[in-house]
Amino acid sequence: MEAATARLGRGGRRKKEKSYGSEERRLATLLLSPAMAVIVLVAAYPIGYAVWLSLTEYSLREPGKWRFAGFDNYTEAFGSTEFWDAVKNTFIFTGISVTLELVIGLGMALAMHSAFKGRGLLRTVVLVPWAVLTVVSAITWRTLFEPNLGLAPTVLDKIGIAGNVVWLGQEGYAMAVMILADVWKTAPFMALLLLAGLQVIPDDVYDAAKVDGATTWQRFQRITLPLLVPAILVALIFRTLDALRIFDLPFVLTGGTNGTSTLSLIAQQELTTNNLIGYGSALSVLTFVVVMAVSFIYIRTVGGNIRSLAED
Amino acid sequence: MEASGGIVTPGTDVRQQEKEREEARVAERRGPRRNWVRPVLMWIAVLVIIVFCLFPFYWLVNVSLKTGSDLSQADLIPPSPTLDNYDSIFKNGDFTSALRNSVIVTTITTVLALIVGSFAAYALARLRFPRKFMLLAIILSISTFPPIAIAAPIFKLWTEFGLYDTYIGLILPYLTFALPLAIYILTSFFKEIPKSLEEAALVDGATYFQAFRKVVLPLAAPGLVTAGLLTAFFVWNEFLLAQTLTSSPKAFTVPVSVANFTGSQKFEIPLGTISAASVVITVPLVLAVIIFQKRIVAGMTAGAVKG
Repeated sequence: MEAATARLGRGGRRKKEKSYGSEERRLATLLLSPAMAVIVLVAAYPIGYAVWLSLTEYSLREPGKWRFAGFDNYTEAFGSTEFWDAVKNTFIFTGISVTLELVIGLGMALAMHSAFKGRGLLRTVVLVPWAVLTVVSAITWRTLFEPNLGLAPTVLDKIGIAGNVVWLGQEGYAMAVMILADVWKTAPFMALLLLAGLQVIPDDVYDAAKVDGATTWQRFQRITLPLLVPAILVALIFRTLDALRIFDLPFVLTGGTNGTSTLSLIAQQELTTNNLIGYGSALSVLTFVVVMAVSFIYIRTVGGNIRSLAED
Repeated sequence: MEASGGIVTPGTDVRQQEKEREEARVAERRGPRRNWVRPVLMWIAVLVIIVFCLFPFYWLVNVSLKTGSDLSQADLIPPSPTLDNYDSIFKNGDFTSALRNSVIVTTITTVLALIVGSFAAYALARLRFPRKFMLLAIILSISTFPPIAIAAPIFKLWTEFGLYDTYIGLILPYLTFALPLAIYILTSFFKEIPKSLEEAALVDGATYFQAFRKVVLPLAAPGLVTAGLLTAFFVWNEFLLAQTLTSSPKAFTVPVSVANFTGSQKFEIPLGTISAASVVITVPLVLAVIIFQKRIVAGMTAGAVKG
């Protein structure tokens, strides 16, 4: 390596100008190949393999039995309520939690942005939920909603709301706890992304508006919000991608019962609990397609960002 | 890219003054009596945020200090606080081996991601070659892959290769998911280092590798810390692949261990000990956040701000 780079180094120094030096290109290939090798071998190849597996009927319980099944697994998925329930739950979860995270995150970002002394401290505080493992977040909210131990049912019972509800044991309520756990963990993350967006809005825009007599609300509505749209968009898509993949929360909170099964969860359960490699792969591929559709939008949205990194 | 460095430290002073001037102007318009409304609302908002963010974690600590009948009451402070739960998890061989496994897997993945990632990032930030945009777009899109998509094939391949339920079996897929993020963060940090410094080194007869090691790497240290922290957080937190690719305490990581905790009796869910274990595995991350707040925020916003 040392010898190779030394040789390339000399070449690199000799040519300085526009054309890509072939030696510079070779060095780039050399430096990029370990990363690309890992990515191709452990991401690209397995995904291709997953597509292939999804077209077969294969169960670890009967290792000898294998057959090419065409689209049978997909037909089975599209015909099952398990699949459509998971689709419905995943979308409900994503829609509600991402919306709440945006609203709460924006509120937090605005509060943090209003200049005051404790901003550094507040930023640390806000990072605490983000640092909590998702599995631990699920456990925390479980202990908060547990029938006797939990604070939430106890308090709600006292003020006469939802007295007899076993939160994690009832459809709708279980989803509410799951959404709450997610909002708690990730609204702060959203807030920090939006705060970064707020901080790049130049002050003189506000000054001009103030000179013209705009009220605080008008300034928020006409200046802050429109200028924040790019940051909001990126944060929204980013969180949507994450929410669509949700697995940890339903696994720990309910095991996917009571209307909380999600796409990743049922796919994983078919694989490991039922050992259905073919069918599980089909569910994984379907999850992949949904997520990648959003990912495509994400890449398009941050395209300018990538381009500025790619500039020479 | 200014997103990684510049945004985190805004012109607080200027904005502070501006704020004060504005508040003065508002006060003037509204008369002296409304003066206190804004700061009070402000502090209420701050208080709400602090309680919202910290209370659930406090609750977890609270539950972890309860045993026996305390666990069927919703006291805000444990009536008879005890460290019994902590005592019992550290006597639990499965949990301590999960801690060891997680430390090993996280360390190795992070170190590898930083080495391999900084090579790639250096090429992307400094060398000229075609189709760089496409490469970066592919790398970024890999980071959005749902882990479940590779779970089935990796599960099957690892059983065939004997990598199922091993450290390497976890490190490889983790590296795949951690690398795009590390590369992206490091590339934006490397780009901020003035080219002239390296060029000076090269003119003085240094090789590319020497220029990279002696000039770029030390200057990129904050970037390496940021990328390393985010990688470590990701690995420590990852659950789906760990749950799918391990089956014994030999390779269980902490999230798997905690999520599948069972009590001395099979059907009892020992919330006290689960909470204690949860606190133990979260505390290092909370400490890291307190110490490295700036670096972490820089990394989180590096990819996402400008749009």
